[in-house]
Amino acid sequence: MSKLTPVLSAHWDEKDSFTIEAYTRHGGYAASKKALAMDPDAVIQMVKDSGLRGRGGAGFPTGMKWGFIPQGDNKEHYLVVNADESEPGTCKDTPLLMANPHVLIDGCIIACHAIRAKRAFIYIRGEVTHVVRRVNAAIADAYKAGHLGNGIDVTLHIGAGAYICGEETALLDSLEGFRGQPRLRPPFPAIAGLYARPTVVNNVESIASVPAIIANGAEWYQSFGTEKSKGMTLYSLSGHVNNPGQLEAPLGITLREILDLAGGIRTGHTLKFWTPGGSSTPIFTDAHLDTPLDYEGVSAAGSMLGTKALQIFDETTCVVRAVLRWTEFYKHESCGKCTPCREGTWWLVQILRDLENGTGSEADLDKLLDLCDNIMGRSFCALGDGATSPITSSIKYFRDEYIAHLTNGGCPFDPVKSTLFAGALNS
Amino acid sequence: MSTAVLNEDVMRSIIARYPRSRSAIMPLLHYVQAISGYVTNEGIEKISELLEIETAEVSAVATFYTQYKRKPVGEYHIGVCTNTLCAVMGGDAIFAALKDHLGIENDGVTADGKVSLEHIECNAACDYAPVVMANWEFYDNQTVESAKSLVDAARAGNPPAPTRGPSRLVNYKEASAVLAGLDDGLAREGVQAGEPTLLGLKLSKEGK
Repeated sequence: MSKLTPVLSAHWDEKDSFTIEAYTRHGGYAASKKALAMDPDAVIQMVKDSGLRGRGGAGFPTGMKWGFIPQGDNKEHYLVVNADESEPGTCKDTPLLMANPHVLIDGCIIACHAIRAKRAFIYIRGEVTHVVRRVNAAIADAYKAGHLGNGIDVTLHIGAGAYICGEETALLDSLEGFRGQPRLRPPFPAIAGLYARPTVVNNVESIASVPAIIANGAEWYQSFGTEKSKGMTLYSLSGHVNNPGQLEAPLGITLREILDLAGGIRTGHTLKFWTPGGSSTPIFTDAHLDTPLDYEGVSAAGSMLGTKALQIFDETTCVVRAVLRWTEFYKHESCGKCTPCREGTWWLVQILRDLENGTGSEADLDKLLDLCDNIMGRSFCALGDGATSPITSSIKYFRDEYIAHLTNGGCPFDPVKSTLFAGALNS
Repeated sequence: MSTAVLNEDVMRSIIARYPRSRSAIMPLLHYVQAISGYVTNEGIEKISELLEIETAEVSAVATFYTQYKRKPVGEYHIGVCTNTLCAVMGGDAIFAALKDHLGIENDGVTADGKVSLEHIECNAACDYAPVVMANWEFYDNQTVESAKSLVDAARAGNPPAPTRGPSRLVNYKEASAVLAGLDDGLAREGVQAGEPTLLGLKLSKEGK
């Protein structure tokens, strides 16, 4: 019995998997047809019963989010799909949309019906030209086939390069035609979201998971996963492994199991550190190989499941270099709205550069932690919080390596050894 | 280029996608890049006129997002991912080699206007690291050598097809039109998935 459970990815190996013909061939759009014949509240209840939780990082129960939308308020409601996949390490929604955009549209129809919305927006990042083509063509084909346009419309909105727009309220500002900066909450999007109307913002994988739930039932979905983390999900394995890629498995699988399936750490090397769910989730080490990769398991071990972006780094990687680069990313992507994040990430970069170059001091480590303490929980949105994760966790596990940069007068690692082509050059 | 080539009917059709016109700023800016290769002052003025908002408000949006360029980029705009994972796996080496090879710095353009270079953040293809993008199309699993031959071929006018994309690399303006939401008819070209995308499915079929 395979430990893997391809549902979203079940037909990705068919050459035309992205077409409406392929999706329909495998029973596509039957789920939305079934849902449209149901009472909207029954659809919400079914998604609640399934236990589906948000796959964009936070893990909030999807059905409950839908249930927050006020009913009978005589206002327009909106569904907004967050396809602005930008969290470093995260690479699941992009291949999903390239291989099967129709499952998302099917899910959009179901979600719109459930929350009494007539319109959905798909906000996709702008740096993926071919994925944009595929989604746009899929929407057009869904209109031609009559799945859209009969009471439910889907509009594609294309971003232009801003990580912050993955934050749901920044995404809404961006979609309204402003600079993408997060909003103060409350009010939450369920009350005043897009154009100040009740809005559900869901991740691509969350919405794409809904058709299978409607088709197979909540009990079927519940039968996968762990006590509080139900269903299957896409784990994205990358970095120093023999075979990187997407693996769809029940929640709760461990990294050890995934590595065993996928052929392990790159040959001749050992696991040093990894992220369970993107760069904003505190790093793990080889001590966490058996941590169940579900919302509770990862949280209990001091990190977050996040987007299930398993970025693997072996012993050739300098953790200070890795953390510096992530920190430079957060500084670059900070929207500038709040002081802790805008100023804090700038200072974090300065100090980390000194440490990586060997020109810092041991006191800098305490200064870093102090800065993180003043950013975490004091920023406007989760970007600031996320910026502190790699720093605090790496100092916790690899303090000695930071010190070694000081005693060595610089980085003790050879960056060539960690490249993908290092092996090819040597052999 | 002047606004003469900005097609007002196309711009109005973009605005018509949205319940509120201001939402069209982003696709309109992509459209200006599709016509002019970058966000021109004329383009900003035209958007401000059609949306009936100040030019400063359009500029504020144009300068917030990194994909909007305020000066011309190359016909082939090359992005090298240097976020942590790609950087470690070879992105840093590729970016350094391309700067040296092309004789330009970050955000630079070659004198012939053919190729521009930018280091980019995570492009959601980490299982294909190191990743290089050309006009925001995927070039997966790059090496220093493959990236150099990509830019050389682009300068010579015959770039290789993207790894996961259409059967030819479109130029920067053509790609910008796609990002403005305009159909170029190429959606059915190219693979549905690369090997890493199919890893779990393959293993499952093998009973693992």
